[in-house]
Amino acid sequence: MTGHGDARLTRKRVEARGAHTGPVIDARDVRLSFGRTPALRGASVAVKAGEVLAVMGPSGSGKSTLLHCLAGILVPDAGEIHIAGLRVDAMDDAGRSALRRDRFGFVFQFGQLVPELTVEENVALPLLLRGTRRAEALGAARAWFEPLELAGLERRRSGELSGGQAQRVALARGLVGRPEILFADEPTGSLDSLTGERVMELLTGAAREQGATVILVTHDPRVAAYADREVMVRDGVVHGLDGFDGPDGVDGRGFA
Amino acid sequence: MSVPLTLLGLLERAPSHGYDLKRDYDAFFGRDRPLPFGQVYSTLARLARDGKVVVGEAEPGAGPDRKRYVITDSGVTEVETWLTSPVEPEPHLQTVLFAKVVLALMLGRPAEEYLDTQRAAHMRRMRELTEQRRTAAMVDALLADHGLFHLEADLRWIDLTAARLDALAREVNR
Repeated sequence: MTGHGDARLTRKRVEARGAHTGPVIDARDVRLSFGRTPALRGASVAVKAGEVLAVMGPSGSGKSTLLHCLAGILVPDAGEIHIAGLRVDAMDDAGRSALRRDRFGFVFQFGQLVPELTVEENVALPLLLRGTRRAEALGAARAWFEPLELAGLERRRSGELSGGQAQRVALARGLVGRPEILFADEPTGSLDSLTGERVMELLTGAAREQGATVILVTHDPRVAAYADREVMVRDGVVHGLDGFDGPDGVDGRGFA
Repeated sequence: MSVPLTLLGLLERAPSHGYDLKRDYDAFFGRDRPLPFGQVYSTLARLARDGKVVVGEAEPGAGPDRKRYVITDSGVTEVETWLTSPVEPEPHLQTVLFAKVVLALMLGRPAEEYLDTQRAAHMRRMRELTEQRRTAAMVDALLADHGLFHLEADLRWIDLTAARLDALAREVNR
């Protein structure tokens, strides 16, 4: 899990995930205001399956809001969000919940582990919420401890972990359900730079090995440098920095 | 990278032949830009002229490569002074970029696009260095880190400048 695996195998796995071709995420002209304050003013972005995309931008630029819209946590006022061909913006709450639970993984700045549960139960949580049998869920969870350098911590409580350990547990929880898309919002924001870089190595290594698409929100260029490509959110609009060499002609603004 | 001082520093470890000096220089400092033999010998000749090294007797077998170079006390002092003096703390990129940005604003050209282009180039280089560092030995990883931190500093300046373009435009077009 720590290596990048065979690129061809990874690609095969990606293709096996469904007949859907084209960008796995395609957001078009997304708009959202909080009260009278516009957060997104026509944000568009397209992401290829298996791609690790860094979403950069200053505080208050709208980058976290964009992540929340793509992940079906927030519903935009206008615009379209297609995920693997599904119109997320048009789904009801139950539909979006199911999508988040079954197909997405999440890692946030502060691990947000459940203090009452053991570490392995925390990791197994997404599977338990899907209705996976407890023994099976815990077995799947334990498989992540070795590759994420957490071996021996299975029965601890989250309060007994260091910041780096807690964030790797959060990463294991984000990956345990083998999500098609991993959403990571400042996943190293609470860590010192050495610890943060290790978390990023493990995050991108594991995601690439699984063929998962990653949306990585960060203001830190050193973290963004782990991605395949980056876009910049400024005043609620997405700017592709590298439009001319985006993958397969998909430019940063989202249209091939 | 100062070639004369670096070669002098290598000689402080132990007396050495030109060929071995070049090999060590390339291994640690040359990387993608190996030192030409001609430059090695011309540099050593200058160091000898300035009294920083002395040239030993040619050894049997002869040829230009058979001379051993030994650092002098004056050479050791020079290395010591160099190592203890800070490097000029001015990244030149920033001043080139600064000139471009100010000129662009004076000429009514899209300074923000230029900054975005620079940011993209910086990020591309940071990705390369990050990948190198992931697989590299410690010496290379530290070099990559040095590059990463410098690029990051430039990026901060680019972000700050991008955020102040309007005010800057007013000032330079006053």
